[in-house]
Amino acid sequence: MSSTNAGANAPWVDGNALAGPLGEIIGTDLTVAELTCANCRTSRPLAMMHVFDRAPGLVARCPGCDDVVMRVVHTSDRVLIDLRGSLVLSLPAPTA
Amino acid sequence: MGVITRGFGGRRRDDTDLPPGQYRTDDFPVMSAGPTPRIDLDEWELAVVTETGERSTWSWTEFTALPADEPTVDIHCVTHWSKFDTSWRGVSVDTLLGDIDTAAEYVVAHSYGGYTTNIPLEDLLDGQAWVAYEFDGEPLEPEHGGPARLLVPHLYFWKSAKWLRALELRYDDDPGFWETAGYHNDGDPWREQRYWGD
Amino acid sequence: MARAAVLGRLTWQPATVAATRPETATARTLVLDVDGWTGHVPGQHVDVRLTAPDGYTAYRSYSISSAPEPDRLEVTVQAVTHGEVSPHLVDVAAPGDQLEIRGPLGGWFVRRPDDPRPALLIAGGSGVAPLMSMVRAATNPTRLLYSARSPSDALFTADLATARAASGGRVAVTHVYTRVAPPGWPTPPQRLDADALARVAWPRDADAVAFVCGPTGFVETAADLLVDIGHDPANIRTERFGPTGG
Repeated sequence: MSSTNAGANAPWVDGNALAGPLGEIIGTDLTVAELTCANCRTSRPLAMMHVFDRAPGLVARCPGCDDVVMRVVHTSDRVLIDLRGSLVLSLPAPTA
Repeated sequence: MGVITRGFGGRRRDDTDLPPGQYRTDDFPVMSAGPTPRIDLDEWELAVVTETGERSTWSWTEFTALPADEPTVDIHCVTHWSKFDTSWRGVSVDTLLGDIDTAAEYVVAHSYGGYTTNIPLEDLLDGQAWVAYEFDGEPLEPEHGGPARLLVPHLYFWKSAKWLRALELRYDDDPGFWETAGYHNDGDPWREQRYWGD
Repeated sequence: MARAAVLGRLTWQPATVAATRPETATARTLVLDVDGWTGHVPGQHVDVRLTAPDGYTAYRSYSISSAPEPDRLEVTVQAVTHGEVSPHLVDVAAPGDQLEIRGPLGGWFVRRPDDPRPALLIAGGSGVAPLMSMVRAATNPTRLLYSARSPSDALFTADLATARAASGGRVAVTHVYTRVAPPGWPTPPQRLDADALARVAWPRDADAVAFVCGPTGFVETAADLLVDIGHDPANIRTERFGPTGG
């Protein structure tokens, strides 16, 4: 089991910190993925989301409206990514 | 297991009274799934809503005037830390529901900020749960769920909803924030019910 | 083959501490040797994992502060009081020790070497670490504005002076001190403000790209000030690794 980042003064980290944990599962850098917040409809890269990682899972929130855009939970043998708070996830198109 | 880091001590495990997979801590880690709500006590309200829509509410003055207990309990977080002999002051859920007629079997706890968690009503009765507003003799800090939080020590601590706003009584179960994202619906630390399928 | 290479850097691999260098009383640079390391893009970070004999693990993210090179990278770690990982890296780790790292990580807060736009780097405290990598690797005009509490809290002072001197005018460095200024400093200690930014900012038509890194409050303020003085928000990239690394 691993510990998490935030100190008492900084309850959230930005989505850049998810590059490792999500990259390990998905096999690619998800911090450049853009999520469209289902609440306020603004699209931002995951790197810009406010990530609360001192929790039973990772919670990524929209910096504009604070709604949850993504939840990540590690169970004993699976990783669950809950995207109900995002309308669209877009990634850079593969080159060549 | 890969590389062992020279000189890194890790955490010591103490097996007295620890549920499986837990370690003892003397800290009180702050866990949060979102920004800490800052609620004015003048605007704070606690509601109990029955399955038929009947609403009972308490202002802060009314709530803190209710008979209160001072339970000392062990708490267990699903992220593996346990803290022993934590002392609280709070109103028993039995007291809150005392005058309320209900045939509900389930409860959803609602927090300021949007968090929810679901618990069977019978897990909140008979001295098993409180709405706590003091920790260690001091007013409960916002980081730890103040002004008032639910306290259900016999379940994993994600069920002890911080910044409590309402208890909604229901005929049917309605899985909450973590329960819909992979965490176990029941959350009994003694049977190590952490995740779906455990 | 390409897929295996991508996955390779996204899983944990051993790293050996080759050397350590103190930066301040509470911060240190660790030089890490990693088999098969092919370098990084300035701005990227690595996750560093420690494992205790009982199997307990903890990891934190640290920015790579060196310029890209094969086989080796440097991370600069600020010790956080009551932190779990940083005190070990700053006070205990010694040459010969093995750690595990995952990376290089991050594709958003990066300064690609072929990006022709001038760069404005704004650092708060230990947030200077990823920007130091950008300074060391700079091939295009780069201005660093570094806000530190005092000269004894500022990281990389000597290396910044060297980088500036060796850059043929390509790299400019400005310090702002918020609590204690050096003797003879022209201004009293003060927080970063719009004037200080305006003095180092590129003209609007330069299409400069800005990178801001530091504690959350600093990053919010600096990013807002940049927008206030006319910088295009779409050209501002931010990273908060300040006090969150423990």
